[in-house]
Amino acid sequence: MAILNSTKGKTEKTLITVLMIVGGILVSIPFIWMITSAFKPESEALRIPPTLLPENPTLENFRHLFTELNFLIYLRNTLIIVFFSFIGLLFNGMAGYGFAKFEFKGREKIFYLVLATMMIPGQVTMIPVYLLLNGIGLTNTLPGIILPGLVAAFSIFLFRQFMTTIPTDLIEAARLDGAGEFYIFFRLIIPIAKPIFAVQGILAFIGAWNSFLWPLIVANDESLYTLSVGLSLLQGQYSNNFALQMAGAAFMVVPIIIIFSFFQKYIVEGFTMSGIK
Amino acid sequence: MLKHKIRNRHPYMFIAPAVSLLIIFSIIPITIAFFISFTDLDLKGLANWSNINWIGFENYQNLFADDTFLKSIFNTLFYVMIGVPLVIICSLGIALMLNYGSNKLFSIFRSVYYMPSITNIIAVAVIWGYLYNTEYGLFNYILSLLSVENIPWLQEPTIAKISLIILAVWKGIGINMIIFLAALQGIPRAYYEAAKMDGANRIQTFFNVTLPLLRYATFFVTVTTLIGWMQFFEEPYVMTQGGPLDGTLSIALFIYKEGFQFSEFGYAAAGSFVLFIMIIIVTLIQFKLRKSDTEF
Repeated sequence: MAILNSTKGKTEKTLITVLMIVGGILVSIPFIWMITSAFKPESEALRIPPTLLPENPTLENFRHLFTELNFLIYLRNTLIIVFFSFIGLLFNGMAGYGFAKFEFKGREKIFYLVLATMMIPGQVTMIPVYLLLNGIGLTNTLPGIILPGLVAAFSIFLFRQFMTTIPTDLIEAARLDGAGEFYIFFRLIIPIAKPIFAVQGILAFIGAWNSFLWPLIVANDESLYTLSVGLSLLQGQYSNNFALQMAGAAFMVVPIIIIFSFFQKYIVEGFTMSGIK
Repeated sequence: MLKHKIRNRHPYMFIAPAVSLLIIFSIIPITIAFFISFTDLDLKGLANWSNINWIGFENYQNLFADDTFLKSIFNTLFYVMIGVPLVIICSLGIALMLNYGSNKLFSIFRSVYYMPSITNIIAVAVIWGYLYNTEYGLFNYILSLLSVENIPWLQEPTIAKISLIILAVWKGIGINMIIFLAALQGIPRAYYEAAKMDGANRIQTFFNVTLPLLRYATFFVTVTTLIGWMQFFEEPYVMTQGGPLDGTLSIALFIYKEGFQFSEFGYAAAGSFVLFIMIIIVTLIQFKLRKSDTEF
């Protein structure tokens, strides 16, 4: 009976493993197709029947992106946005700490206000924010692209959840030793809260790297486009040069995949940590 | 006494940067949106404020007489009704599969299934645009090997909607799967052992132990997925621009087009409030359903 059970368990496990692998390959097809096509010459990407691996692998598409098209400028703009998203992250962390570890007038009310902003769909604020930016002359500028998405209520919420678990005695002890509030935050709180900063940092990076809507709305000049906006422009302009499109897509996707494979452990733990169970 | 006062300023200094940005870019805008939805603000009004007229509910009345807007509501409902259940079933299924084993292979495939959800949406749309291409796309080539005729993936209104759903489901699985997986791993082994001792089979255990314990995760996933799908935007924006014949136009894309292509800011703001109210109603219904659910 026991033997019967274990062989039954074994076939079941093999079956599930096979199913998982087949499903995984199906899910990966778009990625595989993107990578192999990115190295094909333009004509080969249009060939019927298609070739799986490029017959004459070429870097021509990538050269095209950076020399004849402005992908270098798009990359620079995207990296600037990524940099500022980390400052936004610091603001979120500070606010989370403020809400978690201080008693002050109106704390509850302000916190509910912050949570309420999570409910507002982007489409509602899209037009008035554009009008506001237009009013203060920030349309078609980098600050105009960066500011609207700098802080996020959900991130503040997660920081607050984590910071409430830090013992208050620890902070009081530092205060008795004469440490200033900002010294305490940077030297004591941030090291303790490193895991949540790591998770939020990765998510902030991914979000900024992928930013699309605000650059699209605010930037008129191509010199302010991000990679996403540049790629959507490329798709319109070179609608039949699929090899070039795939090279552009690969340039956007591969860095994220590399970063993710290094840090994926933290992301998964982060979800467990934030208490979404 | 003085020192105490200074200390009391600190919490405000910590929350000020983030809270003021949220007020400027969320709270004030929604107030503005509310007011301009009752005006005829457009490019002329933007140039000279004296051109702005208060027109009461005219924008809202026009919206519900606007065939394009009604079509966008229909399309959005189509996306939500098919997409949301698909995302939930697929992500739960994959989470159960990945929860089955714990060796290296399973953790590698966890990443594989998660990958689409962190991929840039524009890149995704560009890649899928190639796969869906009627003449040169991989999908139609594979189907031609099975002697199926070319499918107009993005050229026929209903098929185009389904094509966009397939892509969005592919992208939406990852994050929800992780939430389900975290919840599955939080279920104590003892519950399964108890069920086994009571002689429950696999299917009984799943429906009577696993599923009820995943209730909170399922609720969270349903609410966030539903809200996300009601705001469906980038996929139709990049792949079809709402076409063919407005067949893939979503409410969010309608608002974007009215606002930034036709510069009808007042009209678009009214549209965005209709979407907002729809989201609030759907969310409230879900919370209500959940309440009655826990009472039993």
